[in-house]
Amino acid sequence: MTTPPLLSVRDLVVEFPTRRGTLRAIDKVSFDIAEGEVLGMVGESGAGKSLIGAAIIGLLEPPGRIAGGEILLRGERIDSLAAEPMRRIRGKRIGMVFQDPLTSLNPLYTVAEQLIETIRTHIDCNDREARERAVALLDRVGIPAAARRINDYPHHFSGGMRQRVVIALALAAEPELVIADEPTTALDVSVQAQIIDVLKEICAERGASVMLITHDMGVIAETADRVAVLYAGRLAEIGPVRDVIQHAEHPYTQGLMGSIPTLTQTSSRLVQIPGSMPRLDAIPQGCAFNPRCPHAMERCRRDRPGLLPRGADREVACWLYEAAEEEVRHG
Amino acid sequence: MIAFIIRRLLQSILVMLTVALVAFALFRFVGDPIASMVGQETTLAERAELRDALGLNDPFVVQFFTFVSRALVGDFGISYRLQQPVMELILSRLPATLELALVSGILAFVLGVGFGVYTALRRGGWLSSSIMTVSLIGVSLPTFLIGVLLIWVFAVELQWLPSFGRGDVVDLGGWWRTGLLTESGRASLVLPAITLGLYQMTLIMRLVRAEMLEVLRTDYIKFARARGLTNRAVNFGHALKNTLVPVITITGLQLGSIIAFAIITETVFQWPGVGALFINSVRFVDVPVMAAYLMLIALVFVVINLIVDLLYYVVDPRLRMDRTTAGH
Repeated sequence: MTTPPLLSVRDLVVEFPTRRGTLRAIDKVSFDIAEGEVLGMVGESGAGKSLIGAAIIGLLEPPGRIAGGEILLRGERIDSLAAEPMRRIRGKRIGMVFQDPLTSLNPLYTVAEQLIETIRTHIDCNDREARERAVALLDRVGIPAAARRINDYPHHFSGGMRQRVVIALALAAEPELVIADEPTTALDVSVQAQIIDVLKEICAERGASVMLITHDMGVIAETADRVAVLYAGRLAEIGPVRDVIQHAEHPYTQGLMGSIPTLTQTSSRLVQIPGSMPRLDAIPQGCAFNPRCPHAMERCRRDRPGLLPRGADREVACWLYEAAEEEVRHG
Repeated sequence: MIAFIIRRLLQSILVMLTVALVAFALFRFVGDPIASMVGQETTLAERAELRDALGLNDPFVVQFFTFVSRALVGDFGISYRLQQPVMELILSRLPATLELALVSGILAFVLGVGFGVYTALRRGGWLSSSIMTVSLIGVSLPTFLIGVLLIWVFAVELQWLPSFGRGDVVDLGGWWRTGLLTESGRASLVLPAITLGLYQMTLIMRLVRAEMLEVLRTDYIKFARARGLTNRAVNFGHALKNTLVPVITITGLQLGSIIAFAIITETVFQWPGVGALFINSVRFVDVPVMAAYLMLIALVFVVINLIVDLLYYVVDPRLRMDRTTAGH
């Protein structure tokens, strides 16, 4: 029997009960993250990227709830854990980096206080040892003069420096998985690359896997091993980054890639997908993308496509490829 | 820090001078003090003489200047009504008011913060909902009505607690008479303190609740949870401290208004404090007492404001400008 992947999400369903019925924000999403792997999660705003992250770490905001499927960490279910055991997993086994470093740190405590508190929550050590660890961590994430700066308050740091502090905090107890929820969106373009590098390096060093949630394909292309494309709470496509970017198979991914400007091409207009992503209470029958899809067939409006395997490490949720598969089988 | 304190002190002085002007000007027009000081058979000449002796015929500016310069050394003149130095009168009544205000202030703060935090954390629970509903009564019922109701239930019907007065007092050092050291004194304090503190308590409670709910939604609380900190550390270490920053201001100002609004409670419970003194002085147009009282309340507000600002400094590191290690 093979060892289970570090993280395995199976048919995850996240629902929001509202007065006008239940909204299904995440609909049967499945993916794995292997040991040491960086999985990129892309999609438009509202596609449900962050919700998946929140569901994994067990911090869905009520009334949102996991309504189906399971989440396994090294083969053990964590979505059904009670509050206390789940708390022990947070920080210790799954770390999380949030989008806005300006608001992620408690303004009333020094960096040292926040780091030491986090370290001592998960690791049995005294105050002095925790402080040493904290200084080493800050040094590692690239805070100059860490031993002195550690006593500063968050407002003494710039945005990029604060995000480094946030990364240090997320990694303080050496988690196996780091969920980075748009870690660079709120930062200046000039420091985005540095932050991504720090995050990637330090995770690689410790063998931690990363789930990188972003809508920035450039970041995904440079950082991730594999990428999952999310549309209206459903997985459209998942596969190795290079393959997905160069040979996108799902029509939505193709549209997404076509809409990214490149330096080599000099077309006058960028490709645009007509229409917009459906609201959660108006997801069309069949494939969620069918009203905007240039290749939509009768079947797309009727049945929802599941993830179809395409090659060794790729899956696409599109009926276009089932036809191809059948041809291969029959031929 | 020093510059900040000096700046605030200068502002405070300006505020006090303005209040002095208002107090002085206002009370010049509330009625003729001579009329209430003298009997009906006093001749016009005698009245004019008295008016002159009290300095009421001097120009406005001169009278104001005299008023301020005397006030600076604690001399607010002689009470028209009681023929005693005003300062002495106020000082003898002040301990009663301060004890009442302090006890209800502490009551309001402790219970207000406690209930506020509880209702914020247990949002939607039946006990939280009940507390919130009951708190509406505290916010909407006028103080005197609460006082009368409490007297009716606990003093008249149940006969557990006294309905008026301050009970037995103990003299401390000749200038502070306290009711906290005797049983009857403490028993007498209960109903007035609740009456005076109830409104403030519900106010603080609702403020803490709203503020706490706000803080619990912030990113740093989510991040604290995502780091696996215990609920206790998140709720009380992180959320509560941030909640209390704005609450401190309001509570400080509330302490000022507790002292100021003690007038009503003192009247209802016949509490021998400065509030009751003020009400009686108004009835007799005892201008020196009224002016001194107004100045005293202004001073209380100014001092409390200053303390609140300094507390802000202690609690919120973002305001400390003495560090120059700003980010790069």
